[in-house]
Amino acid sequence: MSDHTVKSYDEELAHLTNIIARMGGMAEAQFASALQALSKRDSDLAARVVAGDTRVDELEHEVQQFTVRLLALRQPVASDLRHIVAALKIGAELERVADYAANVAKRSLVLNQLPPVKPVSAVLHLAHLVQEILKDILDAYIERDVEKAIRVWNRDEEVDDLYTGLFRELITYMMEDPRTITACTHLMFMAKNIERIGDHATNIAETLHFLVVGTPIKGERPKGNTVDTE
Amino acid sequence: MNAIPVTQPSLSKVSARDVNVYYGQKHALKHVDLDIRPNDVTALIGPSGCGKSTFLRCINRMNDLIDNAQVTGLLTLDGDDVYDRNIDVVQLRARVGMVFQKPNPFPKSIYDNVAYGPRIHGMARDQAELDEIVMGSLEKAGLLAEVKDRLEETGTGLSGGQQQRLCIARAIAVAPEVILMDEPCSALDPIATAKVEELIDELRENFTIVIVTHSMQQAARVSQRTAFFHLGELVEVGDTEQIFTNPQHPLTQGYITGRFG
Repeated sequence: MSDHTVKSYDEELAHLTNIIARMGGMAEAQFASALQALSKRDSDLAARVVAGDTRVDELEHEVQQFTVRLLALRQPVASDLRHIVAALKIGAELERVADYAANVAKRSLVLNQLPPVKPVSAVLHLAHLVQEILKDILDAYIERDVEKAIRVWNRDEEVDDLYTGLFRELITYMMEDPRTITACTHLMFMAKNIERIGDHATNIAETLHFLVVGTPIKGERPKGNTVDTE
Repeated sequence: MNAIPVTQPSLSKVSARDVNVYYGQKHALKHVDLDIRPNDVTALIGPSGCGKSTFLRCINRMNDLIDNAQVTGLLTLDGDDVYDRNIDVVQLRARVGMVFQKPNPFPKSIYDNVAYGPRIHGMARDQAELDEIVMGSLEKAGLLAEVKDRLEETGTGLSGGQQQRLCIARAIAVAPEVILMDEPCSALDPIATAKVEELIDELRENFTIVIVTHSMQQAARVSQRTAFFHLGELVEVGDTEQIFTNPQHPLTQGYITGRFG
């Protein structure tokens, strides 16, 4: 699309995209470090992730202030309005992603006090899938790529299925050896947090679709079974 | 005059089919098809010279007053051909009132400004009836409380915003069906503008309103439907909410977001 007659408006919109990109990068990095802390039993790294969450919060605050300013001063409409509203929503989603990453790091600090348990690798397996999805949706945001966003949106089912399998695996493990209940319960919450990160990536996909096309994604989101009823 | 059938006459108060306007050689309005729904506020937007005011002026044949203007196509009001030979233009303008950019009260008293139309159209049998029309119109225009003690004072002595509401009272005194407004707030401050906008919203109950405005925000605030004109063509028309959140045409998008080259 061509530029605004008022150049500074374009600069402000670009700045908004930039903050979101930075936030996305930071949330990704926090998540990756939290997973590394989990796999390497690295308590120092986990502590750094927990402490680092405030920087993401600060960026979200910046997004909020900036969007309110743009709404008040530019009175945006059409694609500009969608751009700004989407940034506000995606900022909030990314803040939650970083929160969950910090939560994973916090629990890994506890896990490091306990003997290692085998299902950690299965949690990491789930996490790597979610990392891919998160990366894809952030790329899609920068490129304004609706097709990619729809692919991410459709992949949430994979996450849900993997999570359901992991849930069963953890229960089986705990039944076989009740001494692992403490560690496995923490892993279960971590798995839930990671699954939620996937959900937030899906939300970003929906917002991105609205940003670019102006309408919601059509159809029901494909949904795996997230609650094990056994 | 060609006779393209009006598709949904019951749904439109004013209906344009292939309407063209020429000012001499200049083709100012090109093949416009547009339906104005009853009791809606329809905003006409677009850059200067896009034809929005020209279209507005077709509806009550104000273009007749311009020497070399020529109108073709079919324009109907409640299914009646506005440009029919047998139409009485004075009667037409009583059915389709107009409010202009600059408030233009007559150099008469406030009372006479409003009473002027009803008098020439013989709408009141006696003074009591005329009083009723004048007071009712001032009331509907949201002006009565401010002027009821000085109805004999001259209308030009009012503030700009009051003058514009006086012009609206004058327009509605003859009980029109449609009110055309050509940038009615461009000479008003924000508070007077807000009062006129509030008034437009109230008037919608009894009248069909078509408003030309250069203020995107005003179009967004007051209208239910928005039509975007560019270089004499109607580019896009839709629900105002849709036009301002998800316009379908790139030209509309460019204009309302301020990206016009």
